[in-house]
Amino acid sequence: MSDADLLTPPAAVAGGGPATERKLTRALLYLDDVQVTFDGYRALRGLSLTLGRGEMRAIIGPNGAGKTTMMDVITGKTRPDVGIAVFDGVHDLTRLDEPTIADLGIGRKFQKPTVFESHTVADNIVLALKGPRAALASLFGWRNRVPPDRVDELLTTVGLLAHRERPAADLSHGQKQWLEIGMLLAQDPKLLLVDEPVAGMTDAETEATATLLRGIARDHAVVVVEHDMHFVRALACRVTCLHEGAVLAEGSIDAVSADPRVVEVYLGR
Amino acid sequence: MGPRTPLLARIDLKGWIFLGALAAACLIVPLLNLGLPEGSALHLPTYLVSLFGKYLAFALLALALDLVWGYCGILSLGHGAFFGLGGYAMGMYLMRQIGPRGVYGDPVLPDFMVFLNYKELPWYWLGFDHFGFAAVMVLLVPGLLAFVFGWLAFRSRVTGVYLSIITQAMTYALMLAFFRNDMGLGGNNGLTDFKDILGVPVQAQGVRVGLFVATALALGLSYLIARFMTVSAYGKILVAVRDAESRTRFLGYRPEHFKTLAFVVSAMMAGVAGALYVPQVGIINPSEFAPTNSIEAVIWVAVGGRGTLVGAALGAVLVNYAKSLLTGALPDAWLFALGALFVLVTLFMPKGIVGTAIERFGSRRAAARLPPEPDLAPKLAEEGRG
Repeated sequence: MSDADLLTPPAAVAGGGPATERKLTRALLYLDDVQVTFDGYRALRGLSLTLGRGEMRAIIGPNGAGKTTMMDVITGKTRPDVGIAVFDGVHDLTRLDEPTIADLGIGRKFQKPTVFESHTVADNIVLALKGPRAALASLFGWRNRVPPDRVDELLTTVGLLAHRERPAADLSHGQKQWLEIGMLLAQDPKLLLVDEPVAGMTDAETEATATLLRGIARDHAVVVVEHDMHFVRALACRVTCLHEGAVLAEGSIDAVSADPRVVEVYLGR
Repeated sequence: MGPRTPLLARIDLKGWIFLGALAAACLIVPLLNLGLPEGSALHLPTYLVSLFGKYLAFALLALALDLVWGYCGILSLGHGAFFGLGGYAMGMYLMRQIGPRGVYGDPVLPDFMVFLNYKELPWYWLGFDHFGFAAVMVLLVPGLLAFVFGWLAFRSRVTGVYLSIITQAMTYALMLAFFRNDMGLGGNNGLTDFKDILGVPVQAQGVRVGLFVATALALGLSYLIARFMTVSAYGKILVAVRDAESRTRFLGYRPEHFKTLAFVVSAMMAGVAGALYVPQVGIINPSEFAPTNSIEAVIWVAVGGRGTLVGAALGAVLVNYAKSLLTGALPDAWLFALGALFVLVTLFMPKGIVGTAIERFGSRRAAARLPPEPDLAPKLAEEGRG
């Protein structure tokens, strides 16, 4: 998809789009001039980014470039001071809270793997499964009667079937990362935000994770934040480099890593 | 979790032991009290029946506290407030049953109102002459307070020590309010001199036994409700909220709803505990709202083992039994003993009696269940490609 496709001007959409939903943009995710300041520190300084439907994107950048803050804005954890964040052309992410945004179909894997440690691996998947999430529904509803096959299928995908009944706390670091990816799959979101999925993994595990994410990207949009350049190369997708809260460069991995400005922020100091 | 499991299948070994013990108490206590003549060596004096009934009311309060503390991480230092409100609702019913038998002989007004020159019954006393109305209030008043308090606190994402402090402030504020004579609830003397409950004299031996059995039944039923809640998907989300609240939000859950529901159910259970406590001890006064009472309940749960339900009830009975023994022998030493108990349990048995027992008992079985750990990476890569 070219940028022209993604950024149809609103006026044009008003005339030609579906009558019920006037989409501002055809992009799945549209960020424009997003600015976030924490106690005087400007974490994001006019970040703009668009992501197409079904696209996979790798986000790189040195520490403090604003990668995690960007994810916080998209998932409703942080409200930007200025800027536009639109999901699916109609949902203004700057006005919604975390559960609402999760419900719209944005799933997130955290930098530090965050699974429910006192629950079994299988229960972690059951709690993540897409479906009604009201308190009363969970007391009596379908989530108490999830067919085991459905859980097993997801656990097979992330290679944790043998660990089904173990407490998640007993998993290794890498296994927790996979369990969290499995939970993301169970959520079945339209957009997956994956923060540093291979931190602390061996080379073999990193390779396996890249393969897994490429498989997921076949039918989901995925944003991966990662430092590991080998891993980013293995993802074989478009790359965006952030620096000081804004986009520094965007393009193929070869183009971005050859960009002198990117080389400078990574190696210059 | 699998396919639908009936409630009975959701009760584990410790649950069956607990329910069995309660059932046995419901048989043995009446038998030893009513079935044996007073001279018999095995006869259980009626005052002990009421004392045991009081222990069980405290056990119910502890169970209620464990539901929110053990499973949801809400360390309430104000659960005595819900207990007290339930107790006052029952106390108001019992006051209305006195009728003209008070010292002043007023057919409607309780003695303290005559003494304070009340001309008529305040509006909030209306209806309390009916047991059914009082019973509804026992659930409704604590439940409503918990709903409003919980909703405001949890929606504002007040957690941890800050939440504990405001629960403490809540019960303290209620204590100060109930101490005032203007409150129309007996001021610092509270409500006492009860005569009848449901038309029978509250002091009668059979009624005492009946109250004990009713408390045991309420405890058993509340256990079943709490157990059903905690083993359901709801309970698992509750534990997830306890361990990683913000993570549950990113899955699309609203932790404030889950917490509020648990808090309200817990407050209602505490209210029932208070309502059963009052006729057995014969008085309710504002000291029930004292922060120390709520803290004591936290110690019962810690001693028995939080997050086990059964442990909370056990802790309440054991600590209160120790209290009865010690306050009889060395009245001044009790608070020191209680403080020492809390420190020792926290240091050496952080999982409490039942939690430690499960760890000792269950660890071998759990170890046997663990699968071997295969090298997963190559398999994963293969599956990803397929």
